[in-house]
Amino acid sequence: MRKIGLYSMLGLFTIISIFPFYWMIIGATNESGKMFTNPPTLKPGDQFMTNLQNLNASIDLGRVFFNSVFVSVVYVIVALMVCSTAAYALSKFEFKGRNAIFTTLLLSMMIPYQATLIPLFQLMSNFNLLDTYFALIVPQLCFPFAIFLLRQNFLAFPTELIEAARLDGAGEMRIFLTIVLPSMKPAMAAAAIFLFMTQWNNFMWPLVATTSNEMATLPVALSSLIGLSIIDYGQVMMGVTIATIPIIVFFLALQRHFISGMLGSAVK
Amino acid sequence: MKTNKSLPYLFIAPALLLFALFTIYPIFSSFVLSFQSMEGGKYVFTGLSNYTRLLGDDIFWKALGNTGIILIVQVPVMILLALVLANALNSQLLRLKGFFRVSFFLPAVTSLVAYSILFSIILQDEGIMNTVLGFFGIDAIQWLGDPFWAKVSIIVAMTWRWTGYNMVIFLAALQSLSHEVYEAADLDGANRIQKFFHVTVPQLKPVILFATILSTIGTLQLFDEPFNLTKGGPADSTMTLGLYIYQNGFKYFDFGYASAIAYVVVLLVGILTFFQFKFTGDKS
Repeated sequence: MRKIGLYSMLGLFTIISIFPFYWMIIGATNESGKMFTNPPTLKPGDQFMTNLQNLNASIDLGRVFFNSVFVSVVYVIVALMVCSTAAYALSKFEFKGRNAIFTTLLLSMMIPYQATLIPLFQLMSNFNLLDTYFALIVPQLCFPFAIFLLRQNFLAFPTELIEAARLDGAGEMRIFLTIVLPSMKPAMAAAAIFLFMTQWNNFMWPLVATTSNEMATLPVALSSLIGLSIIDYGQVMMGVTIATIPIIVFFLALQRHFISGMLGSAVK
Repeated sequence: MKTNKSLPYLFIAPALLLFALFTIYPIFSSFVLSFQSMEGGKYVFTGLSNYTRLLGDDIFWKALGNTGIILIVQVPVMILLALVLANALNSQLLRLKGFFRVSFFLPAVTSLVAYSILFSIILQDEGIMNTVLGFFGIDAIQWLGDPFWAKVSIIVAMTWRWTGYNMVIFLAALQSLSHEVYEAADLDGANRIQKFFHVTVPQLKPVILFATILSTIGTLQLFDEPFNLTKGGPADSTMTLGLYIYQNGFKYFDFGYASAIAYVVVLLVGILTFFQFKFTGDKS
């Protein structure tokens, strides 16, 4: 009996979690009005191409999609370099100011993003960098949570191995790249997924840092669609689907690393 | 082992440089800006004028109140729900654990903009939420058009988005708990609910605190949902501090005033975090 109760509760929550995604796909394949019928339309329709074309006419989908992918991918690569080297230094070297630096990084996670928004905007504006990939990518490259997550994992790497390599005369960069990093793949994967999702889903900064439609990222372009006086829900649902499906596929493919990486840092 | 003294600094330099330029500098700059106002096309020091202006600003108080209500209702509901789900998924007898875990976590993967827009469509007057309620004989609710229900909409949406995220954090902590305490509780004849409140919850206190603080910081910055779900309306009933900062900064270009509100948020985060540590008595 208790088991039935448990499964029905979990089943109910599964439906609540998943249904909006299903509804999103229904919406993307049906015409606008089908979302507001009674009884509800629960079957995919045949308006997929129409909605896609309408969406493309409204927001230059190819360009916006490229912006999101390009910004996210470049961001992840560079941020991983910046954060992993910093995490390595913070976990494997003794140096003056190490604790102060680490504490400051941690404390900065408590500062609301909005407290830095306006000066960042002014900074980019003064250097004429608004509406550029630079503005979208660079300001958040040093991501304290990623450094924290990587440091937790680097701490577990045996220091003796590093010292042995030093005795063999290996350079520090080589030790880091060929000895430490290869065994840190799960941690790097977790950090990469986390950074990718953060950037792919980022909204507030791209909203203020981009001014032209050509530089908009997917979330910014999507948001602009619902500001129109007459909303075509079919194309909006198509836009939401296009913003959501890649990240879900990405997550499902890598969820083991992601969840374990997140957990490692939360519980330790 | 002796190494070159400058070496660690070389490794950490890129991060520090970026951090100084794009985090530390803006934090201080924003603080200075909060004491300045635009006069004759230039920012001049005007003391506490932005802060005193806040005192008489009805929309600011409304935003503060709304943010507070959402915080007080949403965070405890979500944390409790996440704990219950984590506890259920931790049960030895359960199958399909991986499936449930991934399904519950899925909402946390999607962008705040995408899910806000999705919910804004689901919660329309003629939307599917009201249609489903109709099956149960419940009258249609003006989710987004009524000041009370608009707040409820934001709370429902946030709970949908974040519960699984917190659940996963709790699940990890649960899996690291020792079985002995539960066996002792079994011997004492504790039932499931007693075990949950007297064994599980106390042992998870540090993790619950961690999740609560993260959620508090997140809620105080609430922006994407009201921006895309309700635009702060109706009648500013879902105006949040985050949205008001954005409006003052990027609609009215009053950077000084927006910075002052941002620093109220900084102060609130500090105070609430302090009290959460104090009340839960966590010394670490």
